[in-house]
Order: sequence, then structure tokens, then C-alpha cells
Amino acid sequence: MTKLDHYKLICGLEVHAELKTNSKMFCGCKNDPFGATKPNSYTCPVCLGLPGGLPVANKKAIEWTIKLGLALGCKINLFSKFDRKNYFYPDLPKGYQISQYDLPFCYDGLVETSEGLVRITRIHLEEDTGKLLHKEVAGKKVSLIDFNRSSVPLIEIVTEPDITSPTQAKEYGKKIRQILRYLEIADADMEQGGMRLEANISLAKTDANDLPTYKVEVKNINSFRFMENAIKYEMERHAALLEKGKTPAQETRGWNPTTGKTFPQRTKETAEDYRYFPDPDLPPIVFSKAQIETIRQSIPELADEKARRWQKEFDIEPRYATMLTANRHKAEWLETVFASAQATDTTPNQLAKAIINKKIEIKKGEAANKVIARYQKLTATDNVTEEELQTAIAKVVQANTEAVTRFKNGETKLLGFFMGQVMRELGKKVDAPALRQKLLQEIA
Amino acid sequence: MSQAKLTLKQALAGLEAGEFSLSEIYKDVNKAVQTDNSQLNIYLTLNEKAEVEAANLGNLPLKGLPIAVKDNFLTKNLRTTAASTVLDEFVPPFESTATAKLKAAGGVVLGKTNLDAWAHGSSTETSQYGRTLNPRHPDYLPGGSSGGSAAAVAADFCIAALGTETAGSIRQPAAWCGVVGLKPTYGRVSRYGIVPMASSTDSPGTLTKTVEDSAILLNYLAGHDKKDSTTGPQPVPDFTQALNTDISGLKIGYLYHDLEGLEIVNPVIEEQLKVLEKLGVKVEKASAMDPKHAISVYTIVQRGEVSSNLARFDGIRYGNDRSFFGDEAKRRIMLGTYTLSKGYADQYYNTAQKVRTLFLQDFERLFATYDVLISATSPNYAKKIGATEGTAMFGELEDMLLEPSSISGLPGINIPCYHDQKTNLFLGMNIVGPMWEEARVIAVAAAFEKNTPWNSWRNAS
Repeated sequence: MTKLDHYKLICGLEVHAELKTNSKMFCGCKNDPFGATKPNSYTCPVCLGLPGGLPVANKKAIEWTIKLGLALGCKINLFSKFDRKNYFYPDLPKGYQISQYDLPFCYDGLVETSEGLVRITRIHLEEDTGKLLHKEVAGKKVSLIDFNRSSVPLIEIVTEPDITSPTQAKEYGKKIRQILRYLEIADADMEQGGMRLEANISLAKTDANDLPTYKVEVKNINSFRFMENAIKYEMERHAALLEKGKTPAQETRGWNPTTGKTFPQRTKETAEDYRYFPDPDLPPIVFSKAQIETIRQSIPELADEKARRWQKEFDIEPRYATMLTANRHKAEWLETVFASAQATDTTPNQLAKAIINKKIEIKKGEAANKVIARYQKLTATDNVTEEELQTAIAKVVQANTEAVTRFKNGETKLLGFFMGQVMRELGKKVDAPALRQKLLQEIA
Repeated sequence: MSQAKLTLKQALAGLEAGEFSLSEIYKDVNKAVQTDNSQLNIYLTLNEKAEVEAANLGNLPLKGLPIAVKDNFLTKNLRTTAASTVLDEFVPPFESTATAKLKAAGGVVLGKTNLDAWAHGSSTETSQYGRTLNPRHPDYLPGGSSGGSAAAVAADFCIAALGTETAGSIRQPAAWCGVVGLKPTYGRVSRYGIVPMASSTDSPGTLTKTVEDSAILLNYLAGHDKKDSTTGPQPVPDFTQALNTDISGLKIGYLYHDLEGLEIVNPVIEEQLKVLEKLGVKVEKASAMDPKHAISVYTIVQRGEVSSNLARFDGIRYGNDRSFFGDEAKRRIMLGTYTLSKGYADQYYNTAQKVRTLFLQDFERLFATYDVLISATSPNYAKKIGATEGTAMFGELEDMLLEPSSISGLPGINIPCYHDQKTNLFLGMNIVGPMWEEARVIAVAAAFEKNTPWNSWRNAS
């Protein structure tokens, strides 16, 4: 059925993530919208948008945005500013969102994926909005507003339309989340909305050089799998339309995880006019090159780099290294384990494999020698005399004559069963290759 | 003499010396308010607890004296409307930094004064609670937008008052009411807790009976506020130190001497500049950028910021919805929305900001030669009531001489420089200094005030 062979995906992503600073972006209120026990408990005149409330920029949030930008290879605007993005929505108490327009903190970055490079257009810092709750109160349907999230620092990372497949989109998203977590600037919890995804999707003829004339935006996707599926769905939908000579409508769509389909939200014939202008309440922000360097120094080794180093230093297979560097703190601890292992008979790669295959249980933060000891115990063999072994094998063969026949008739996978039986009979751990050989001699 | 007629300085000294009591002052001020407020429409809301608050203050520098506050300063638990019925029932849950500082120094908010709705205007005629009348002559307007505060001072409804200026809103009503109006440097006094008009030029300041009073009051209002990132880190001098400085040797640039439409006021200014010359000041005619460009810049920038600042009154909060906006607010919202629109922002807003930079450079050039700049405050005497009808640009034309310094953030003061015996109306002189040089402005103004007969209180009969 697929007409997709004639087309290629042109896709750019916008990722929003809330920074986990102690206080909000423009006021001193606690930044903990998911931890708040009551709506509107972390609010003040500023984040409620009361007249006379004035924003004061959170320095930490700005530094963290630059830190992320540097980690993604971005250039930094030494002169930057905040702008007002004017639009009406009930969860936006001032009638405008403080964001950044033409001078974002970071621009021109690069992210590596297994399917190719993705260019970062810009990273800017803004404030999150409040949250609408649609409830029934005293039998009446009402909309309530919770401002705990209002003015929480929010970064937006925008890519060029470099993404060429749904799987690459997913990989990119996961990578961004991993970096945010490595830098410890965001929890990036997708389910709670701490990280939100938007995909700009269009299809072009496989041999076309120009970008398509239309673009469909799928908004507010809160899982990587949903994003992958939403892009797949859109590709099929666009291809079907294009094959009929139609152009998909320029619009914003949502993703319904229940139906597995996207649905139209609003058409976007022309660009919206947010009437951006520099926020007169906030002076421009100026950084020196030295300040940027200081921020650069504070960036820890990221997962990719760490995995590459592990391959070199510990001779750990790339796929294991990638998996085990996924979480920064776990990786930092594992590194101490691998380093200790180098002094023993156990290689770091053996350990890495055992950890991934869940052969040994590990408790993060445990002393390295304990982990190594557990692994060695797992793989250690007991001394068994030839006689003991012969007796045990004989017993097992005798008790399982039917299985022996089946084995002889070609059910080779039964060998594992016999090995297990022999070890149980012995009550000891035997060197597996030696046992296998012995067993084959007996029953084959 | 009624104790309501005391200047701030006199009141403080008299209380200190035990010449009279605070309750005598309150009695006389309250009497003036009770007699005339219903006619003059100066206070929109009176603080019923003012005298009790004053009595319980303890020994603070401002000694519990009654201060009038423009109704766009948020006062906790005291209704604040910005003279618009959109905020008819708005009782703020927090206090503006300026009034908090005033209170901490022992000032008491006696009441909230009328203004042009949202401070949009120069007459108080756009107030949705009715216009204020000029206490000097009730057939005339008090000017605006701080018309209520200027009138409160002129009518002895308070000992001193607070106002805000975005482009002329302190100095122009001060000129029309024959009082002293000090607009500090942008960023000298915190804007936190003041209903915003044009955020990039809003400057809270004082309306007082004498220059001395403005220096005393500014001492308590000025300073960096961590809640307002546009306030400056500059140290705050003791402004009263400037009151008795020798101004001889200063060089003054006389601006707008050749501008059309100033035929009544400029001869007066020229005559009065001779007073300063006698004090050893050198006065020269100086030419500055045509203020008509400042009107354009201000109109575009201010309307843009207004359209954004008023967006929060969306009908979801504050009780009354957008249909409660008056015509002037609607005009400004529409014009501002237009000038910020895509395709027009470059043509209007961005160009205006570039021209604003030219004004800054022009003032830099002037201050390289002159210590202060002097011009008329307003082209003429106070206008008659109803004068704004059918004149959408009324304020801009009245404030033309003040807008260049306002958009440049400079400090300026209005002092009465002529009194017309027949109408009992005043003309005002505007003295402007470089950024953060309020002290220099105060020094010149104080010297002028001491050596001329135009101050109603200093020269009270």
C-alpha cells in the first residue's frame, strides 16, 4: 500500500523543558509545580500578573540555558534580551508571555544521532503559563486556573528541518532529555509535562531539493513513542493526499494516543502575530566571553563522550557503553567499578555485560569491590572430581531416559536442561564448557 | 492660618518644636477636604483610618503627616482604581514600593487622588470618575495625569503628594496648579506596585508646596529596588544638601526659545531667567532637536507599551471586563496594537526607538556644554474645563516641551514662575538635568524659588 517510497520526511522539532531552578523565572516563588499540594500556593503579584507586578530575571535559569547551549555546540549571544509575546489565553495572566524573539541566548548548535546530524536553530528562555483545569463545581462545568506553573522557567530548543525519520526524531528527543538530565538543569518528566514535544512535519518528493510549501505542526506530544507514531501517521496521511495531487492543509494538529491518530486543532493559513517587542521591564542581558567560559567549564562529561572514553579506557563494547552511560550518576559510579575491575581477573566488559543482562544485581553507590566479588562468585566454579561428575551425570541420564532419546533425535536445546540437572545433583557450580563437553560424550 | 497650609518642612519643624499637634493638622486638612472635595473631585478614595494610623506611628521622620497619593500606586487594602471603572472594586493585596517606603518613613496615605484613567491624558478629563477642577480657579483644568495630586497640594488637601510621570504627568499639572512637581530620573524611584502605563518611561515622583519639600520627600522614595530591575544601583545622595548650594558659575541652556506657540510663556521665562543670571549663572539660548519628533516617538512607544500593559485586564480577573475601558484607553490600545503589528513594527515601533536614541544623544551633546536646561513647562496657562473634547492628541500637545526629556529618562522639575492675579493661574518653568543629577536640578530650582515671589506657600500672606 505504501506510497511513501516516493517521498522523504522533512521534520523539525521544538522541545520545551522546564528548568528545575529553586525559584521561578521572574519572581521569588518556589518552582515546584508538580510538588505543590494545593493549586495557587506558589504565587505572588508577579506570577499572577497583577498590575504593578514587575519581573526580575532568574540569573541561574539564564546560566543554565547557556550551559545547555554550550553542551549542544551552540553559539552564544553575548548581548541578549527578553521580549513580550502578546496573545490572549486564560492561563496567561499578563496577556503576554515573556520570551525571547530575535536575540535568543543560544543559536547554531548541533546534535549527533545515529541517523545523522541535527542542526539546532536556537535555544531561548521564556516563562511557562498557568494551567487550566476543567472541573464540575456544584453541578456546573467550570474552568479553573492554577498559577503554580505560571512563570516557571521554560526553555525552547528548536531544530532545523533535518530529521529524516520517525526513529531519528525519537532518538533526538531522548538525547535532548538525557543531556538535560546530565546537566542537572531539568527533570524533563514527559508525563507531567516537564518536557513537551512539537513536530513540524511535511513530505517532499524523494528527488526534490526545495523544502515543501506546507507544514503541519503536531503539538503537545508527551511521549517519545507518541511522537514516533504521530510522525508515522502524518507521513501516511500526507503521502495519501499528495498522491491524489492535494497539498495537506497548513495547520496545527493534536495526537490522540487512544485512536493512534492525529486530529486537526486549528488551521494556520498565515503566521500568527504576537506583536513582539523588547520587554521594557527587563534591561538587556550582557555577558562577557570570560563569563561564558566559566559556564563552559561547569559542563560535565556528557554521555556520548563518556561512552567513547569507556570504549577506549575499559574496552567496553559500544552498545554496552551507550546503555550504561544513559544515567549520569549511575555512570559515574559504574566508572569506579570498572576502574577497580581492571586490577582483577574480571574485565570491565564482562561486568558491563553481566549488568545489562541482569546477571548480577547492583545497588548504586555500593563499593566497587563488592560488585566485582558478586560477579566473580557468580562465575566461579567449584572443584569437582572426575568421579563426582561421572556419578552425577549417570544419575541424571538414568532419571531422564525419555529426554535423552529426544536429545538424540535432535532436540539439542535440551542440553541446557541436562546441565542444570547435573549442577543441581552436584549442589555445586561447575565450569560450564567442561560440563558441556562431558555431557555430550555421555548422551550424544 | 490653617495648619493645612503648612509646607512639609514647616509641619515637620513645628511638630518637632511642639508649636502645634498632628491632630490639629489633620483637623484642618480634613476640614478642607470635607468642604471642597465634592466640588473639586480630587480624592477618589479617602483612607478613613489615616489619622489613627498617624497617631500610632511612633517617632518616624515624616511624623505621620497626611500625604495624597495618585490612585495608580497600589495601596494594600485601600481601593486602587487608576481612575478606570475596570478596577472599580480592586483592593490590592500588596503595596507599591514607593508607598511602602513613604509609610516606613512615617508618611500616611490620606487618600487616593484622581488622574486621567490609566494615566492616559493631561487634564484628568479621561478619568472615569469625573474630572478634577483646578483649585486655583474651578473653571479650569488641573492638568494631568497627576492632576488630582497637583490639585491636592494646591488646595491644601494634604501636606505633600505623590504622582507619576510618563511624559509630563507630574510637571504639567504642577505648572497648571502652581505647585512644585519633581520627576526623578527614570529608575530612581521604583515602579513596583504602580499600575503600569508606559513601562519604559514611567517615573514616580513628588508634587509639593516647595522645592525643599520635594527634596525631603525624594530622600525617602529613591533607591534601588530588587523588585524592579529597571531601578538604578546608583547611591542616593541626601537631596536636601542641594537646597543651599551656590549655583553661581553654572551654565544654563535655554531651550525652545524659538518654538511657535510659546508667545505667552516664553517672554515670562526670559524675564525670569534674569533672576538666575543675577545669581551668577550663565544663561545661553541653546537649540535642541525639535520636540515634535518626541511627540511621535512617545506616542508610538507609549501606545505600544500601553496595548501590552492593559492586556491583563481581560475580564477574567478584577471584576469588570474590557467594555469598561473608556474611549481614550480604547484608542491607545488600538493604536498600540497597530504599531506593534507584524509589518508595521519596523515602520513604527523600531523606528521610534531609533529616534529615541537620537534624543538621548542630543541631550548628551547639550549636557556637554550646559549644567542644566531650562524651558517653559507648558505652552500656556491651565486650559478651561472641557478643553480636551474632540482632541485625541490633547496630552501630547500640552506635554510637548516635556516629552524629549521624558523619553530620555532625565530628571526635571516644574516650579511656578509667574502668577496671573486676574485668573489666579500660574505658569511654570521646567529645569532638566542629566541622568541621576536630581540634586543639580533641585539646587537651581531652590535658588530660583528663594529669589522670586511666585511660591504660594513660601510667600503666604
